[in-house]
Amino acid sequence: MAEPIHVTMRVNGVEQTRQVEPRMHLVDFLRDTLEIKSARVSCEHGACGACTVRLDGRIVRGCLLLAVQAEGCEVETIDGASDRGDLLELQQAFHAHNAAQCGFCTPGMLLTAAALLQENPGATREQVREYISGNYCRCTGYHAIVDAVCEVLESQRQARAVNA
Amino acid sequence: MSILVENELFTKDETTQRRYVGASVKRPNMRRHLEGRGCYVDDISLPRLAHVVYLRSPLAHARFSIVDVAQARRMPGVIAIVDGREIARVCSPWVATLAHLQGMKSAPEYPLAIDRACWQGEPVLAIVAETRHQAEDALQYVEVDWQELPVVHDMETALLPETPVIHPELGDNLCFTKTIDTGDVEEAMARADLVVEETYRFGRVTGATMEPRSVLADFQPADNRLTVYQSHQAPHMMQDLYARHFDLPENSVRVICRDVGGAFGIKVHSYPDDFATVALSILLKRPVKFVADRLESFTSDIHAREHVVRARIGVKADGEILAFDFDDLTGVGPYSVYPRTSAIEGNQVLSIAGGPYRHKSYRARLNVVFQNKSPTSQYRGVGHPIACGITEGIVELAAQRLGMDPLQMRYRNVIPDDAYPCSGASGIKLEGLSHEKSLRKLEQMMDYAGLRREQAELRKKNIHRGIGFAVLVELTNPSAAFYGVGGARIAALDGATVRLDPTGVVTCLVGVGEQGQGTETIFAQIAADAIGVDISRVKVVTGDTETTPYGGGTWASRGAGIGGEAVLQAGMALRANIRKFAAVALEKDEELLDVRGDQVVDSATGAPLMPLSELARLAYFRPDILPADARPELMVTRHAAQRGYPFTFTNGVQASYVEVDVETGFVKLLKHWCVEDCGRVLNPMLVDEQVRGAIVQGIGGAMLEECLYDEHGLLRNGTMADYLVPMAFEMPDIEVGHVETPTRTSDLGAKGAGEAGTAGPPGAVMNAINDALAPFNARVASQPMTPEKILQALGVV
Repeated sequence: MAEPIHVTMRVNGVEQTRQVEPRMHLVDFLRDTLEIKSARVSCEHGACGACTVRLDGRIVRGCLLLAVQAEGCEVETIDGASDRGDLLELQQAFHAHNAAQCGFCTPGMLLTAAALLQENPGATREQVREYISGNYCRCTGYHAIVDAVCEVLESQRQARAVNA
Repeated sequence: MSILVENELFTKDETTQRRYVGASVKRPNMRRHLEGRGCYVDDISLPRLAHVVYLRSPLAHARFSIVDVAQARRMPGVIAIVDGREIARVCSPWVATLAHLQGMKSAPEYPLAIDRACWQGEPVLAIVAETRHQAEDALQYVEVDWQELPVVHDMETALLPETPVIHPELGDNLCFTKTIDTGDVEEAMARADLVVEETYRFGRVTGATMEPRSVLADFQPADNRLTVYQSHQAPHMMQDLYARHFDLPENSVRVICRDVGGAFGIKVHSYPDDFATVALSILLKRPVKFVADRLESFTSDIHAREHVVRARIGVKADGEILAFDFDDLTGVGPYSVYPRTSAIEGNQVLSIAGGPYRHKSYRARLNVVFQNKSPTSQYRGVGHPIACGITEGIVELAAQRLGMDPLQMRYRNVIPDDAYPCSGASGIKLEGLSHEKSLRKLEQMMDYAGLRREQAELRKKNIHRGIGFAVLVELTNPSAAFYGVGGARIAALDGATVRLDPTGVVTCLVGVGEQGQGTETIFAQIAADAIGVDISRVKVVTGDTETTPYGGGTWASRGAGIGGEAVLQAGMALRANIRKFAAVALEKDEELLDVRGDQVVDSATGAPLMPLSELARLAYFRPDILPADARPELMVTRHAAQRGYPFTFTNGVQASYVEVDVETGFVKLLKHWCVEDCGRVLNPMLVDEQVRGAIVQGIGGAMLEECLYDEHGLLRNGTMADYLVPMAFEMPDIEVGHVETPTRTSDLGAKGAGEAGTAGPPGAVMNAINDALAPFNARVASQPMTPEKILQALGVV
């Protein structure tokens, strides 16, 4: 077995330094080493999006990255984003539309939706469906999630129009 | 969202006012999920926790011997390596049959296979270590001698004399067989102007829950107590199984279900590795956690729905259906799944097929056979997707051959709304359904006439769109007829306890739990209305056998109808007790008192008389100043079970609008509509979301999902990239409408809503695709309906 490697990263704003096995995935590092459980393990090979986290602001799959690849990076799980109030509008819209059931996919879905809001503020309903297709949800059938994201897109567009 | 209310039942207690029931109350327990703070089994850790991985059979059928574990045992962190014989010392085997499924048979099954494995994925050896990684590392060094045995993979040859018998002591590979026959089918077919026949195939699917199956067993030898944290739908059922198979007193076993990350029936069964994990905790005297990885999920979660059905229908020239004749074959793996068995799905197909219609002649045969593939059992919808798919497929084919509009064909044949109560030809007892109203509502919602015009216009431009329908009935709110009469210890009775706490808030404990449907929310709505308090004062507790009343849990769409009825009865009883005690405390006639918001009020004027908090303070802290005959009973338990009818049937109709690319075989699902009658709608938003989620799972099986096996019985697609579950961009928007025909078997009036949605797509989408393919004289009848199958139907490949 390979020797443990020293790794340092900021997770939800707090610097964390640990010795990790080189093979350890980022999601396992978060869950098992730091006890941050909101990034979840489901498909284990990048298909389902349940382990989605932010790495230096970009959404990534925690099961496709090694912990050592996050050396020196800023990692954020939904815990950090939620506590800052970063996701409030999306969370409220998800709640209002019942856009979550069992909740297992929800952190990944919200972080992906937040990335879409940033990347494509003019996204159409079809584009929303396409963008969130890397995040599986077995409960909702997606309709309510798409409704919730579209509602936030629209309210942000209206807010920008008023400001302009 | 619009609701057509048929009649107002809700409650016989006229003083009860509904504020919350019927409203789209947002789920209070969703907030933690939106913050990523749900707690699933894998999130739980205990002191001295060990982790187990299971070595599973790589072959579909093999004799094996564990040759050497010494090297694995020496690997870092390894605590124990345990085989099936050792586990069997503390856990008794099981045979999963039900007495009312006459003649059903299965073989004894153990937590870990002993000497012989019967499917690829069957657990054969436990490796326990300090961490999961260490256990997986050690597993690689176990040496096993595998001797491959002949494999029965094809259910269509499972009963042939030359096919090996998987369990020789059973005599053959037949698990269960049954026929329902009104006796006059051939005569009816002879009278028919048209007899149509088609064979429908349904691939094996599995639930692919986002959270894998997981169990954490914690046995405390000192007080002989077992606590099991499990991702499950039926905690009391698991409590009973662990108590009996480990010979523990029932009240020494506690099963706790916290958040459950998707269940869909996958988590309503017991699995061999559940028992093995508990056994390890007992043997090792420490907590042991098992979480299935994704490959294990695909090979060891139950599968469902591998069926081939030959369907015949006899119709008159005017469209009248005279008779149905079905012949269903299903393969269920090598063992019937415990304790619900693997024969219920096929049994349901027989009961449900043809269910919406008023034909008099009916014959349906079923053969359930063993094979060396993963065991199958009840998965969301249980038989309904098959029953509805074959019925609606053959009905629409008959309509097409008659040159009759498929919607008119349905109007012509459904049991009229004023004909209830009545029985269907298969023998099902129907209390009250609304097929006609539902069809009319659907027709209007989808603008059927406009859609047909659009279809015709586009046809001229070589764009091939199709419209398909599926009318359905769904069995919900089961009585003991499902399991109890067959000897399975799965409760048909569910309890609810409501308690007025000293500060005037209400705690509501219910045996039925939550897997994301919104169960706890509707219980809070019902309790708040029944007691008369604000919903913000009600806290609902579920998922713990030690604190909640006994109950069957969540399955067969029974949570709202049966669990909800228990909450309603308990709530009304608590309200009565509050009024009775308030009468003493206020020295007033109890008839003049009621509960509203946070107050005891004058029932005539609504004027507040005493805060509930003050009433509860008197009851709990100052009994000394109360009259001697004052007996405040501020905690009440009531139970409910389905009686009168064996089941409460619901009905619905779905329509699918698709576009088929005849060059690539790809299908675009443009839109889906559903009208559903689940009786009293407790929370329209939650019902809509149950319907939509179920429809998408139904579409998954119809279009994408299939557990593919090779001729050696080996699974070819054990990842989420290879087993295709629906993704957002492939799914249509789904419009949901409701008709309400409350059941009179309860005061609540609610029927089940969670599963019916799955029943529609196999029929509706298949019919829509075949409608699009009609100009090409091409049809598909094999699901999932992949582009390849569509191109084959078109003769392109």
